[in-house]
Amino acid sequence: MASYLFRRLLLTIPVLLGVATLVFSLIHLVPGDPVQAMLGDSASPQDVADLRGRLGLNRPLLTQYGSFLKDVARGDLGTSLRTNQPVTSAILERLPATFELGLAAMVLAVFFAIPMGILAAVKAGTRVDYAATTVSLLGISIPNFWLGPLLAILFSVTLGWLPVSGSGTLAHLVLPAITLGAPLSALLARMTRASVIEELREPYVLAARARGVSQIRAVLRHAFRNSLIPIVTVLGLQIGAVLTGAIITETIFAWPGVGRLLIQSINFRDYPLVQGCVLLIAITYVTMNLLTDLVYGLLDPRIRYE
Amino acid sequence: MLTVGSTIVGAAALAAIVGPWLAPFDPSAQELPLRLAGPMRGHPFGLDELGRDILARVLTGARISFAVGLTVVSVSASVGTLVGAVAGYLGGAIDDVLSRVIDILMAFPGLLLAIALVAALGPSLANVLLALTAIGWVGYARLVRGQVLRAREFEYVQAARALGAGTSRVLWRHVVPTALPAVVVQATLGMAAAIIGEAALSFLGLGVQPPTPSWGSMLNGGRAHLLDAPHLTIVPGLAIALLVLGLNFVGDGLRDLTDPKQR
Repeated sequence: MASYLFRRLLLTIPVLLGVATLVFSLIHLVPGDPVQAMLGDSASPQDVADLRGRLGLNRPLLTQYGSFLKDVARGDLGTSLRTNQPVTSAILERLPATFELGLAAMVLAVFFAIPMGILAAVKAGTRVDYAATTVSLLGISIPNFWLGPLLAILFSVTLGWLPVSGSGTLAHLVLPAITLGAPLSALLARMTRASVIEELREPYVLAARARGVSQIRAVLRHAFRNSLIPIVTVLGLQIGAVLTGAIITETIFAWPGVGRLLIQSINFRDYPLVQGCVLLIAITYVTMNLLTDLVYGLLDPRIRYE
Repeated sequence: MLTVGSTIVGAAALAAIVGPWLAPFDPSAQELPLRLAGPMRGHPFGLDELGRDILARVLTGARISFAVGLTVVSVSASVGTLVGAVAGYLGGAIDDVLSRVIDILMAFPGLLLAIALVAALGPSLANVLLALTAIGWVGYARLVRGQVLRAREFEYVQAARALGAGTSRVLWRHVVPTALPAVVVQATLGMAAAIIGEAALSFLGLGVQPPTPSWGSMLNGGRAHLLDAPHLTIVPGLAIALLVLGLNFVGDGLRDLTDPKQR
């Protein structure tokens, strides 16, 4: 197990380095002069030169890359061009809101998906199953940038039950959490259905039923418990989708998280902040994938790194 | 499932091809007195914030969606198949390098990388295509690499090698064709993902720019009018959801056809 952990951790290093390199490259992909693009056409040559010096863009590329990596390792992501605030603290201010939204979305997704997936598996091939499968396919097909406005039209504009945007109360959290959680819920329901169906065919479940164990107990105590490993894995791997979904959801509902900060910084061409937000989301994604793999390895002793 | 999906996708493709010619209005023509008007005689889907016919814009937007989907899928599938086949078949250092590149790109959430690329390159349809292709090929490469690793050990492949067939001939005539059914399924689902990707970027203001009608940018325009003109949001969103649902039906149906275990 120790060697599995070590090798898995070791494999993460080139991935993190690659992520940092991609983020570093972003500013150099800007067509023309990135500093001119940030300041606009009306900026004076002196301002352009000053900012180029401040960002270190007048140094050789390799030197820039080296100091970028060193700064990232120290947690220094530069300074926002618009607010002059350190990028790290700007992101840290917004991070709790994104985590709150992501967590609420995942809790909602699990709450709806698992009963629906189990029901569809137990009733496989019936109308209940077809209805659950269609609902989950709809959940995957309806993009969150449409679901969010639709929910706002229904629950905020027409019924007046919930606020259309903003944050601060539980009521503000409901629509963004449903918008972000719906596709995850749909995917989890499909996964739960497939896993439980597979487990229900296993001899140990049939043996339990033959011993007189009730169907509900056989499903919940036996089949579902063994289906949990792939379900937990999908949940872990979907954290990345939740993080990127948060970019859109936060923009729709004016939720003050990192996703909205990213879009605002793109609109203001605040590239240090763009780089910081992208790096943070990508590193969170890589870390969650790593943790999912490690938990998977712990849960199922058959899984070992080859 | 496959029939329902094919019908939806076929109808949407037909609408994209002939719709803009049949639409009674030009998608850019404005009737300012009727701006934000709901569905009415002559304008079955209503008019937008600049008094443009939403039906005409949805039909023209369908062309953009199909163009993005087909372009991204064909380029991504070609590049991904080439990279995956070379990595899987040749193995060794080439496979190590290509696999690490694939790992790194897979470590990035796809939409985030697309947003980051478009943020750097600037918002335009061409940059959206570039960004979606940059993230799209990776999935095909990983899929094809896995299939090729399995197929290269098949007896008929070894027989072809023993008969003196060259690497290129064995790879493209005997090994890669075994991966194609899986690639076709992935391409169908990938087309749905590309259409959603373009719409998401345009919705965020990073994709197709006005006045070109794209379903995502139409949804973006509708955000400011949720209270007074919800039809601006409902109609283009419904178009995206229907087309994506149809493509998902086709993808699922094809997967069931090609993989008996999925039935």
